[in-house]
Amino acid sequence: MTFFRDALLVAGKDLRIERRSRVALQQIVPFGAIVVVLFAFALDSDPTLLRQAAPGLFWAAVLLAVLLAVGRSFSIEEANRARDGLRLSGLDGGSIFLGKAAAVAVEMFLLEAIVGAAVVVLYDVSIHGVVILVCAAVAATLGLAATGTVYGVLAGGLRARETLVPLLLLPAVMPVMLGATRSFQAALQGAPGDAWPWVQLLVAFAVLAVTAGTVAFGPLLEEA
Amino acid sequence: MLGRFPALAGADLEVETGEVVLLSGPNGAGKTTLLRLCAGLLPLRAGEAEVLGVDLAVEPRRVRRAVALVGHETFCYDDLTVAENVRFVARSTGHSVEDADAALARVGLQRVADVAHGRLSQGQRRRLSLANALARKPQLLLLDEPHAGLDEHGRDVLEEIVGAAPAENRTVLLASHELDLARRIATREVRVVGGRVHPIPPAAPEPAPSAAELAAAAAVAAQAEARA
Amino acid sequence: MKRLFLATTVVALGVTAVFALWITPPRANQGFDAVRLLYLHVPTAWVAYLAFGVTALASALWLFPRTRDTAWDLLAGASAEVGVVFTGLTLVLGSLWGKPTWGTWWEWDARLTTTAILFFLYLGYLALRRTGATAEERGKRSAIAALIAFADVPISYLSVTWWQTLHQQGTVFNEQNKVLIDGTMAFTLIAAVVAFTLLYAYLVLERFQLAQLEEGREARELELAIAERVRADNVEVVPA
Repeated sequence: MTFFRDALLVAGKDLRIERRSRVALQQIVPFGAIVVVLFAFALDSDPTLLRQAAPGLFWAAVLLAVLLAVGRSFSIEEANRARDGLRLSGLDGGSIFLGKAAAVAVEMFLLEAIVGAAVVVLYDVSIHGVVILVCAAVAATLGLAATGTVYGVLAGGLRARETLVPLLLLPAVMPVMLGATRSFQAALQGAPGDAWPWVQLLVAFAVLAVTAGTVAFGPLLEEA
Repeated sequence: MLGRFPALAGADLEVETGEVVLLSGPNGAGKTTLLRLCAGLLPLRAGEAEVLGVDLAVEPRRVRRAVALVGHETFCYDDLTVAENVRFVARSTGHSVEDADAALARVGLQRVADVAHGRLSQGQRRRLSLANALARKPQLLLLDEPHAGLDEHGRDVLEEIVGAAPAENRTVLLASHELDLARRIATREVRVVGGRVHPIPPAAPEPAPSAAELAAAAAVAAQAEARA
Repeated sequence: MKRLFLATTVVALGVTAVFALWITPPRANQGFDAVRLLYLHVPTAWVAYLAFGVTALASALWLFPRTRDTAWDLLAGASAEVGVVFTGLTLVLGSLWGKPTWGTWWEWDARLTTTAILFFLYLGYLALRRTGATAEERGKRSAIAALIAFADVPISYLSVTWWQTLHQQGTVFNEQNKVLIDGTMAFTLIAAVVAFTLLYAYLVLERFQLAQLEEGREARELELAIAERVRADNVEVVPA
């Protein structure tokens, strides 16, 4: 289907740009890691506290990093009026959405792996329930990437885009924050059964976000 | 519409396949707006527009795929190479990598195919815009000030492309201030002033066309009928 | 017409105030008059969500091509502006009620937390409305943002409720509300809800009319600009 092939084309374009510019790797991932350190300072590097709060702190760091990733995804479209180029291409809005969201998701997976490792090391966390951790992370990340991409195009081209997207995105993804944190918590505490309802919430959210984005992206890309 | 002000009001234009129509006129007259409108980029506030037989208000995407706009910006990504950019354009409009490479060769940029877009000179960027346009194999080519920033070689390339258009069943709308150069390659000229289109009869040796009409109503209509 | 409306609103509010402040008894358990704050807190919470619903509905009506009308967009904006004030009020009142009752300024129960999220969603929406260049642009983006937020609120509420049941708190808050079902308290609460709904409607009406006037002025400026343009063109000489 051309729809998915076009999405792959757009995702490939974004990821190739990332591979060349290395912005996510050299700027956003370190940002995530620094936030992890920041939290340690905030909590007075209390080991018990950090270990307990690790799931939440990890996802808080990821959430902040998503803001940067989404911002970057759309700032590459600002230069040289590439955004107009996308519209002129006649590509289906849904394809562009899936492609861009997928690219953001891939970057975020990489970030989560690295920042996750930092959390394990710095907060002295022992890993259990890997299956849940992975499932929850995948669902949460897809939800975050999709919602972020919707708000990114919604605010794209507007004057205060950089500050508007965070304000719009963060309240909207609170369920993801809750779901991801609680499932991670349950998994790490060795009670995987408690995690599954949260994982389901994350999956439902991701499905809704992707659907909404596929429908709304095209109209939002247009100039009024 | 440009912000709050209508850029075009009372513009009537009819173009036939294979024509190369020059849009002349002062800055801010609405030439760019007219071109962007024909590309399907701008929404119509009033009136009708039919491009290549497709109603612009109903199927703008179909129009976009058959049209190519060469404007002030290249619509490219600075971090990608020239070749990668053109190939993306080709593939996103349903054409092949070979089409992209052929377009690059035609404008003479094949030697810088692996250079990042961000490092191109102004003249090279202008030629890249032409390559992007060609890679899409458009039926309607919209050129906005194409001479600006082009060197001698670039201008030759431009003339070659425009000159070959009728043979390739391609129509060209060209907005330019370089009237001497542009008039050489155009088959017809219209003047756009204050958002209105005023046809201009061609110079003496050619037989005079039928009387031109000035548009009275606030309507925008552009028709390029594709006759097989 | 509007004055009658305003009068009704004032009367309703007056009746509510009398009942809330004097006629109903204070809570025996608490010994505080703080319970009277509930007569404010519950209605403002109701209005906060009502306003949000109206914004979402108006946004949907604007999005549908058949019912598209600038008026819907203006209504959505007006309702949101009134709504954000009431949401803020709800949070403040909840806090004021909470301090003597729970001992803390804030409780992470499902309702308050979701209302806090709603507050931020409103703020984002209003910020978005201010950045659109044209009415079309603003209308489309805000409408979609409003609908996304509208879908998000129940999901948020659900997640926060789950979250709090893990902590097994929040029943305290619920308990309080359940007890207030009898007698003059019930009447006062209903009167308060009605009065505040009237107040909401009046405020939205005012704000909406103001917004319409603003749009009207912009449209007139536009017409003037077009007329000037057309006039100027007639003077232009067409080269042969």
